[in-house]
Amino acid sequence: MSAGQTSKVIDKARERHSLVVGVILIVLAVFTAWVFGYGTVGDATFRLAMRGDSFKVGDLVVPAAPYAYVVAAILAYFGARLMMRSGSRRANLILGIGLILFITAFLTWATADHSFSLTGMLKSTIIRALPIAFGGLTGVLCERVAVINIGIEGMLLAGAFSGVVFGSLFGGWAGLAGAAMTGGLLGLILAVLTVTYRMDQIIAGVVINIFVLGLTSYLTSQVLAKEAFRHLNDAPVFRAIDIPYLSDFPIIGPLFFQHNLFVYAAFAMVAIATYYLFHTRTGLRARAVGEHPRAADTLGINVFRIRYIQVTVAGMVAGFGGAWFTLGSVGRFDENMTSGRGFIGLAAMIFGRWHPVGALAAALVFGFADSVQQKMALLQTPIPSEFLAMAPYVATIIVVAGLVGRARPPAADGKPYVKE
Amino acid sequence: MEVELRNITKRFGDLVANDEVSLTIQPGKILGLLGENGAGKTTMMNVLYGLYSADGGEIFVDGKPASFASPKDAIAAGIGMVHQHFMLVPVFTVAENVVLGVEPTGALDRLDLKRAREQVRDIGAEYGLEVDPDALIEDIPVGLQQRVEIIKTLFRSAEIVIFDEPTAVLTPQEVKEFFQIVRSLRDAGKGIVFITHKLGEIIELTDHVKVLRGGRVVGEGDPKIMSQVELAELMVGRPVDLVVDKVAANPGKAILEVSGLKVLGEGGDVAVDNVDFDVRAGEIVGIAGVQGNGQTELIEAITGLRSVADGSISFEGEDITHHSPRQVHALRIAHIPEDRQRSGIISDFSIAENMALDSYYEDRYGRGVTLSWPQINAQSAKDVFEFDVRTPTIFNAASTLSGGNQQKLVAARELSREIKLIIASQPTRGIDVGSIEYIHQRIVAARDAGVGALIVSTELDEIMALSDRILVMYRGRIVKEFAGGGSDVTEIGMAMAGVAQ
Repeated sequence: MSAGQTSKVIDKARERHSLVVGVILIVLAVFTAWVFGYGTVGDATFRLAMRGDSFKVGDLVVPAAPYAYVVAAILAYFGARLMMRSGSRRANLILGIGLILFITAFLTWATADHSFSLTGMLKSTIIRALPIAFGGLTGVLCERVAVINIGIEGMLLAGAFSGVVFGSLFGGWAGLAGAAMTGGLLGLILAVLTVTYRMDQIIAGVVINIFVLGLTSYLTSQVLAKEAFRHLNDAPVFRAIDIPYLSDFPIIGPLFFQHNLFVYAAFAMVAIATYYLFHTRTGLRARAVGEHPRAADTLGINVFRIRYIQVTVAGMVAGFGGAWFTLGSVGRFDENMTSGRGFIGLAAMIFGRWHPVGALAAALVFGFADSVQQKMALLQTPIPSEFLAMAPYVATIIVVAGLVGRARPPAADGKPYVKE
Repeated sequence: MEVELRNITKRFGDLVANDEVSLTIQPGKILGLLGENGAGKTTMMNVLYGLYSADGGEIFVDGKPASFASPKDAIAAGIGMVHQHFMLVPVFTVAENVVLGVEPTGALDRLDLKRAREQVRDIGAEYGLEVDPDALIEDIPVGLQQRVEIIKTLFRSAEIVIFDEPTAVLTPQEVKEFFQIVRSLRDAGKGIVFITHKLGEIIELTDHVKVLRGGRVVGEGDPKIMSQVELAELMVGRPVDLVVDKVAANPGKAILEVSGLKVLGEGGDVAVDNVDFDVRAGEIVGIAGVQGNGQTELIEAITGLRSVADGSISFEGEDITHHSPRQVHALRIAHIPEDRQRSGIISDFSIAENMALDSYYEDRYGRGVTLSWPQINAQSAKDVFEFDVRTPTIFNAASTLSGGNQQKLVAARELSREIKLIIASQPTRGIDVGSIEYIHQRIVAARDAGVGALIVSTELDEIMALSDRILVMYRGRIVKEFAGGGSDVTEIGMAMAGVAQ
């Protein structure tokens, strides 16, 4: 029977996959022992306590070379096991654990004889992940109803700009509202172009990016730079709010509960979006529209309306997230200050498999790489920190290319719906 | 519930799809709508279902005038439709698909999937339509998917259920089960509309039949007392011959030899699994099977469109396993592809351009880098006339042709040149009975002239009518071989369903 044949083929694919993962792990093990272990002296000191903690915790002191050897041994064990007992279903999980171990060994090696604040680095991971998470969430919302949104970058930038202008004029909350409205307006424009006029979705998104970049750059350099208008580029910044009790916990407190509004909002939005998409009636309909719009249409669901509403709301999320650049951090706008975070948000969406939580997790990975790179530059390791900054994008390419299990976009993604 | 459609007219531009058609759907009765593709059957039902708005005429529900602006209105009025192409979301579960649009919810718009599952089970128990509510649509066979479509209509408390060409995707065995389901729905008092172009199904199943041609009702009656020939003549509008006239084949030596062929499908699965067969000169070999059992991949492998994983294909002794489509074409092998829209024509090109699409590189159509338009146009005009492709000129875009005429265009291009082997997938899909006759005659005439033919069709009737030998494909393998003519349909049907002998 070919059913048996088919499963045999799958087995073969799995066998090859776990063999590849096994080899990767062994290579990592050798690398860890050779580079991170051999000839490394001293202890790595990770400071866990933050300034202003109510309870102080001690430092985490790790002897660098022995730790590297332990990690290398574990990696080698995993690798050998995968190669010998090939066909394991858990190859990807093991690879993930292996990579995390490898990264800890790398950090220990880089910090040997030095010390740095681990909690601080993780905290900055969250902050750096923030705009990417907002961008990723926007992408998830749009593509779940089959509208590709390349314009996330522009929406973030527009949010940052209008946030600072409205914020300077009427205060921070008005800035937030203005940013969300501007993002929503751009979402609405994208919906008009792609849903009603069936314009090529990639081009529509690119148009939005170029338009917003040009307009905000012009206004910044020609208008806001003038003495008479300088007060428009000076908005109040949302300060960190300590959550009572929770923020007093060591490590966890500073990591999660001493942030400003944007961080809490991001986590809340991801939770709400997950609930909405997968547990509500409207969410089911929206996903149906993204997978098989004609089926939805024959059941009396208004495909166009759902696309319009969801893309507009997604634009509002991007606008809100864009406001973080100004209202959430520096209080002023600079040309092109989003510097590609929206595009990375799209990558996070794919990496996160079109799931809000996945997109957030992917954003955290990107944010982590970003903040490690910063620290490494300070610690003066022999590896150029730029290489590290590349790592997450290499990972994205591997995921998108389908090497680690195929990520499947909504079936109708990018296709305009034509009513019969 | 009784629904009456009175004098419905629907136009698409200049085309009149429905011209003052009237019909009545009664509870507890099965109404058959018979007609060729393009006769206006589906248009009629789409008007009733609210997908199209009629340009004229009225709809009455239980004697009261009604109008349906969208499917939502029609559903609310108790009308359900099972579309020819299922309207199911593949990555959703059965329960999610059933409740979509009328979901049971709790507070905060929360989906109540538990209740949805129970409701699906209840309907299944009531009408004998058991399906696992948690199965993903993409994981269940077509027959079950159709059940889900029926459950969908019942879940919306449909009193009228419309079936649009429901048997096209089913095996003969599944068709039997399906008829049973339809009968039980009728006995439960539902009004049924059964759209088809298959005469046998009308006679077997329906209580009353309306025959449509060119958008008009051309006849109606009790199918129990009407004969197939009578119905066919009404449908086509002239006397037709339902059997293909042919003398016994006189096969020569094998020209196409396939041995140990293994081809992978789209997802890397084995689609064609260790297949051996040959086609001799002067014979027609038919491959029967339900859609998706490897026929597509087999044909693509032979014609060079898909790479071969293992085994070999040879033509007149020459190994063509790894030939490109051009090389295959140059060997005088004709290919009528399964999906004309996707791989048979370029719809924005003119008819003449499409006619030259395969042979443009040959000397008869040009010299060096230039094309010889007079030659192309002359040949196209001749082919269009011969194959009765209905078009004002050969310069119209192929997209302006109806589906049946597009199919004739492809057949004309492939069969009019000098050939040694015909490979045809669904050669008569969606065309009228008259043209089917003609294409069949051409294939048989080619056979009599010593050309070999390999025909793939999911229409068992077509396979039976044409083939000198019948191979049955099931899950990528050739499971059984029958002699053409006089073989038992039931036995072939069993083989198609994979029932072990």
